[in-house]
Amino acid sequence: MARSGKPKLAVFKFASCGGCQLSLLDLEEELLTLAGELQIAYFVEASKAAVRGPYDLTLVDGSITTPHDAGMIKKVRRASKFLVALGACATAGGIQALRNFKDVKEFQAVVYPRPEVIDTLDKSTPIAAHVQVDFELQGCPINKGQLLAVISAFLQGQTPSVPHHSVCLECKLKGNICVLVARGLPCMGPVTHAGCGAICPTYQRGCYSCFGPKETPNTASLSERLRCLGVTEADLVRAFRTFYAGAEPFRRESEAHEK
Amino acid sequence: MKSETIKVNYLARVEGEGGLYVKVKDNAVTEVKLKIFEPPRFFEAFLKGRLFSEAPDLTSRICGICPIAYQMSAVHAMEDAFGVTVTGPLRALRRLIYCGEWLESHALHVFMLHAPDFLGYPDALRLAQDHPEMVKLGLKLKKVGNDLVTFLGGREIHPINVRVGGFYRVPAKKELAPLRERLAWARDAAQKVVRWVAGFSFPEFARDYEYVALTHPQEYPLNEGRLKSSKGLDIAVRDYDRHFVEEQVPYSHALHSTLKGRGPYLVGPLARYNLNFERLSPLSQEAALAAGLTSVCHNPFKSIIVRSVEMLQALDEALSLIDAYEMPDEAAVPVTPRAGSGFGCTEAPRGILYHRYQLDDRGVILEAKIVPPTAQNQKSMESDLYQYVGQNLDLPQDRLTWQCEQLIRNYDPCISCATHFLKLEVERE
Repeated sequence: MARSGKPKLAVFKFASCGGCQLSLLDLEEELLTLAGELQIAYFVEASKAAVRGPYDLTLVDGSITTPHDAGMIKKVRRASKFLVALGACATAGGIQALRNFKDVKEFQAVVYPRPEVIDTLDKSTPIAAHVQVDFELQGCPINKGQLLAVISAFLQGQTPSVPHHSVCLECKLKGNICVLVARGLPCMGPVTHAGCGAICPTYQRGCYSCFGPKETPNTASLSERLRCLGVTEADLVRAFRTFYAGAEPFRRESEAHEK
Repeated sequence: MKSETIKVNYLARVEGEGGLYVKVKDNAVTEVKLKIFEPPRFFEAFLKGRLFSEAPDLTSRICGICPIAYQMSAVHAMEDAFGVTVTGPLRALRRLIYCGEWLESHALHVFMLHAPDFLGYPDALRLAQDHPEMVKLGLKLKKVGNDLVTFLGGREIHPINVRVGGFYRVPAKKELAPLRERLAWARDAAQKVVRWVAGFSFPEFARDYEYVALTHPQEYPLNEGRLKSSKGLDIAVRDYDRHFVEEQVPYSHALHSTLKGRGPYLVGPLARYNLNFERLSPLSQEAALAAGLTSVCHNPFKSIIVRSVEMLQALDEALSLIDAYEMPDEAAVPVTPRAGSGFGCTEAPRGILYHRYQLDDRGVILEAKIVPPTAQNQKSMESDLYQYVGQNLDLPQDRLTWQCEQLIRNYDPCISCATHFLKLEVERE
């Protein structure tokens, strides 16, 4: 097969729901075209065939939560020319980073009858805490259109780029009426990274920040505003402690509201 | 093969990280292990202290392929705890979005993960080089399923519109018209798929499974019903814990489920089909019979036919739901938290998914238990390997290894779901 000229794509999964790597298969209309442009060299969820590295483009889904994975990600980095971290888990530790605020031993005992034989790290950490990452794409899950844009940019030799503004701007572009101002719904849009297309406000609910912090978020100001709507301190802790609990600005803000 | 080890370190074309190990000594299988090394994420632990209203969004993150299943089991459990019943168009919309997930998930498995086994390809992309029409058709069907979930849920993975009591926003009837057209195309396409997969060749294999599924007097099961088995179990969902037990094994991060005093059981498409054939639509029944199935199917390799019949069923059901739909006045019924326990069980594409929550009077979760379908099927998968390898020791090693992988893929396992937990490096004899 005349595959040698095509860039080699690899997909690796660590601790995650697998949704971000699934986004690649959810590109139903573009998938066969992509397969023509790239050699899918390593993607265990999709193929039995595995080609050895080095890989030109590596997509990493999931966070690092075990000693084994902490070693594995270093091997993946060595085998990769351009490494992209996909989603909340790979860029901030994901929902499983909620363990970072607790004693992991206690967590193990809740789930396992015999927690003493467990080998897991105290914290769930993003890929960038372990190796150099060339690009991060936020979202729980990522937006598949953005994934396609990142892959296309790579194929054209350009540096990928996605908008870094807040969900608020997407909402305005859609012509939505502000759910926070007009309806008094608690909304995380002002501090949340764009990319989802402001779907929650479009469906009449407040944003719950599954895309994590935008650049330079003013979390304290939003907390103040939410408090005026009757949001309690405990609710504020929960609001900043979801899929991006491990991201620095959200971690700090959630801790500020803990007694 | 006299003495041999079959090992697959990292199973391909399944969701999540797992491997398998079969040991043969003196022409007999001595050991079988389905190893799940997907890292633990501790959902049941961090749900403690969260609000009831967060459960659908939080638990959907257990699985990227079947988030609706988690959202549905969670909302039903919470409503059970608060004494709320969702009826009429809101109930219909829940069934409708679930149909979308079944279609998306089944199309993914049938075309991308399972069909390549039967036709001898490592993946669907290479299958597409020789069978472009069928793979394109499969991707289009998958897209229709995803589009249905996106329309009602806001996006295909981790939809945002499901809440305890109903939805945040419900569509007007006329918004459903463009979708209806595409679903009608898909229903025709699904009939073609049933005929296509029926033409594959299937290894001769059957086991005496105990099938467990939800059953409902009028409907093919999705969101509610009694839990029944092919060997006489007939219980309400809230009695689940009295009949099923989970245990930890040293080589897997996923807890194994068994029926108390009876052992392994099977959940998923085969179980649903065998217990609910009469509840399939006439069109789906007809397609199943024309494909050579009877009202029961005991060959797990043929689950690909049953899954295709269920795609057709989901489409037929979706079209009926859309035709009967009238927009409700409110997007959700009001819920008032109260202290107590709630139980929910719904039919994920891979089988029953059980949630149990204990809540305080403000609706804060005190305790959570989640039993995903793949955890329940682990013992059946191992028993399949045990019997199949024992019966086929004369096959060449590479062929037998491939078929062992295929045996696991028959279940469409979702390992991210099954993993409650932990890396168990130490094996205790």
